[in-house]
Amino acid sequence: MNEMTKLTAKDFATDQEVRWCPGCGDYAVLKAVQRTMPEIGARPESTVFVSGIGCSSRFPYYMETYGFHTIHGRAPTFATGIKLANPGLDVWIITGDGDALSIGGNHTMHLLRRNLDCQVLLFNNEIYGLTKGQYSPTSRVGTRSPSTPFGSVDRPASPCAFALGSGARFVARGIDVHKNLPEVLKAAHRHKGASFVEIYQNCIVYNDDVFAPFTAKENAGNQLWLGADQPMLFANGAKGLALDAEALTLKVVEVEGGDWEAAGVIVHNPRNRSIAHMLVEMPFGIFPTALGVIYEDPAPTFESAVVEQNRTASLGKNADLQALVSKGQTWMVNSEPHSI
Amino acid sequence: MATATHYLTPEESNAHPPLEAVVVRFAGDSGDGMQLTGGQFTLSTALAGNDLATFPDFPAEIRAPQGTTFGVSAFQINFGSSAVDTAGDSPDVLVAMNPAALKTNVADLKPGGLIIADVGEFGARNLAKAGYDANPLEDDSLAKWQLLAFNISQLTLDAVKPFGLGNKEALRCKNMWTLGLALWMFDRDRKPIEDWLRTKFAKAPELAEANIAALDAGHAYGETAEIGGQVHQHHIDPAPAAPGLYRTITGAEAISLGLVAGAQLAGLPMFFGGYPITPASAILHHLSRLKEYGVTTFQAEDEIAAIGSAIGAAYAGSLGVTSSSGPGIALKAEAMGLAIMTELPLVIINSQRGGPSTGLPTKTEQSDLYQAVYGRNGDAPMPVIAARSPADAFDCAIEACRIAVQYMTPVMLLTDGYIANAAEPWKVPRMDGYAPFPVAFHDEPPAEGESVNPYKRDEKLARVWIRPGTPGLMHRIGGIEKNVGTGHIDYSPDNHQTMTDIRAAKVMGVADGVPEQEIELGEAGGRLAVVGWGSTFGPIHQAVRRARGRGADVSHIHIRHIWPMPRNLGDMLRSYDRVIVPEMNKGQLKTVLRDQYLVDARPVTKVSGQPFKIAEIEAAIEEALG
Repeated sequence: MNEMTKLTAKDFATDQEVRWCPGCGDYAVLKAVQRTMPEIGARPESTVFVSGIGCSSRFPYYMETYGFHTIHGRAPTFATGIKLANPGLDVWIITGDGDALSIGGNHTMHLLRRNLDCQVLLFNNEIYGLTKGQYSPTSRVGTRSPSTPFGSVDRPASPCAFALGSGARFVARGIDVHKNLPEVLKAAHRHKGASFVEIYQNCIVYNDDVFAPFTAKENAGNQLWLGADQPMLFANGAKGLALDAEALTLKVVEVEGGDWEAAGVIVHNPRNRSIAHMLVEMPFGIFPTALGVIYEDPAPTFESAVVEQNRTASLGKNADLQALVSKGQTWMVNSEPHSI
Repeated sequence: MATATHYLTPEESNAHPPLEAVVVRFAGDSGDGMQLTGGQFTLSTALAGNDLATFPDFPAEIRAPQGTTFGVSAFQINFGSSAVDTAGDSPDVLVAMNPAALKTNVADLKPGGLIIADVGEFGARNLAKAGYDANPLEDDSLAKWQLLAFNISQLTLDAVKPFGLGNKEALRCKNMWTLGLALWMFDRDRKPIEDWLRTKFAKAPELAEANIAALDAGHAYGETAEIGGQVHQHHIDPAPAAPGLYRTITGAEAISLGLVAGAQLAGLPMFFGGYPITPASAILHHLSRLKEYGVTTFQAEDEIAAIGSAIGAAYAGSLGVTSSSGPGIALKAEAMGLAIMTELPLVIINSQRGGPSTGLPTKTEQSDLYQAVYGRNGDAPMPVIAARSPADAFDCAIEACRIAVQYMTPVMLLTDGYIANAAEPWKVPRMDGYAPFPVAFHDEPPAEGESVNPYKRDEKLARVWIRPGTPGLMHRIGGIEKNVGTGHIDYSPDNHQTMTDIRAAKVMGVADGVPEQEIELGEAGGRLAVVGWGSTFGPIHQAVRRARGRGADVSHIHIRHIWPMPRNLGDMLRSYDRVIVPEMNKGQLKTVLRDQYLVDARPVTKVSGQPFKIAEIEAAIEEALG
């Protein structure tokens, strides 16, 4: 395959039989990613998919790229080594709510704060699928599962709030089956640094329709798709988000006749971290679900800083091994040893 | 242990320990700078051409409460004019900077040995903190030793007065005063220490000069004071050593340099992922300063991330290295399994310390052998090698790199807290004397109609190493069992059997490429073999040498390749009537030897956090010989 070959989604599919449950949201995400690859100019040989453990972590086996299916929760650590060893590789981390926020929460936090240049796709289905249906760290209070037959009692983590709190410079959301997902993936890929994407993914077996209140066709009015410099409108433009300046919170306002300015609807500035925090923590029901690129404010990447420091620290020095071992306070023994 | 750098004549090998060896222990509060004093005395000793071995022994607390017995930090050095193998059983000279240091160390001092004590610190408060009812310097409790007590604190204050330091700062120069006296006692040159002080305090010249003044004052005190005839100058002749360039080296330094050398011999950049832990951190520190050698270091968020990043880097084509101590190695175990399953090269260094759990962070032990050989889920074979001394750690690190890249496997290198911190003279090797083992990455795409097989193997059973970025060789690897022929996921019974057998055979095959086991002292077929591994080399070697000097039929065998073991080891062990295995654990190598060779290996164990004394092993030899 030479550089000029025009690739298609098919070129990024392996011959391996995909083994998710029929109807699983993962199929839609796989298709979206495979479709996105040629559009962003990805080359199979320089792309690496790294995953941990869980249903979503089977993903690399279905991508005709390099792939590393690692251990539970630790994908970010392998990705860090890969990227530091070869910053030219395009690294995608595929993870789930249990993998990234429960067993691997620590690594997710550090990957994001370091700003390693990679894409993190967190498939959030609010349940443990592969281990057969236990509740997860994003499950809502009261979730009944084999390990919580009377309902879970602990409060869930919010992936995007966690990402922002960890210092992520790119936070976005998408929906497995939504047509906008490739656009979100492209934006994530465009961003230099750690791009965190939460994908609402339906688990048809253990948590079916948990996101239907905003993902179902008839509930599309509860989706707020954000666009840079665009007013925050939803419900077909009939509603919008405004700032309650006194309470320092967001509020939902009615938009009459398309005059969003009159309604006080605010314009999305992806660099506004405070608004990003509000957008990811809006309680659903009163508010819509914020989708698309919620926050983006690029900063130098970890691997570029490491490479630069390695370079400057090496300036003017040569890697003479003999000189290295001979360093320090040395002495010569000249005479042949005598016997006692 | 300097036998590697010495020509030992048979007479010398079998001689009783030479009289021209002296053991000095510096002991004081952990804030008194005893490790620094010891380190500088070591340097001056090395420059004087003596062979030497050291034993730094310090508390886990950074600054334990002043004056307490648990806050005592000590540094022991054994130096002499012939081969020195251990830091010495019992000191000839004890420098005690306060009552707690005296209390915790004096029992080790040889009868008739010399105590040098700082009277200035023997006030009521410090005596009480150390648990003394009466001042031991003033009653007869120290009668079996020689006592030299004077006010080092005051003498130091007087010496540095011209530099206008505050009282606290001025007293910090006490260690240099003491060092000055010690340098006089052993007829040592002060110049290298002065140079070192001027470099160390380049930004505060008054501190450098004050410390030098203290050093000179201590030296002058020895020269001029009338010290009651107890102390006189010793001159220890240089030890016979092979001609060449020498330096002192600690195990942590030697491992760092050996890894750099190993990466260069393999023709690879090195990636080191580490997480701070005592006593392994020094390796991370050393390597962090060697970026021009193609070394990238990464201080990860935890032990798991440290090994994960190293495996990731190995996958991407670097020499991946991670390092820790027992508790951290435990955390890395799952990732080691992944490296075994995906057959990626990786060097894992375990600087062992006392365990289990947090155990004794700053004390030495060899109790992670089971962990290294057996400590993973599944049938997860991994080569294990063990360094016997600081200088030996250099070659062991290179050997670990070689095995890792030639067999596509993680390798564990065992060292311990003693080796990591202790220093010894090292004959600087000629690097062109090491055979390179260049890595050839697989970069040929499969023929038309064939698919990529990442588990294609060579005659060593090592799989191909394909770097991401290589066109036409895209493939997926992971922790799930893979098909022997295609590398795709395969759970089928026969395939798992085959792959498990291949992984085991590959690792056992490492023995084909390692030298046959040698006998350090003695010959095969005798009455008793003393088998050791790791840092027990020194005491075992000396004990066997002494026993042989008395005519005992005993041999010393020391194993570097713990897993797999050298091909001839079984026959060698079976040729002896008896086998004893001294180790600083409850008998771990003993178990492996029994399992592998059905020999009646008997354990000699010690887990006090302190190295074996020569005398302890001599006693074990006598007992075994009846």
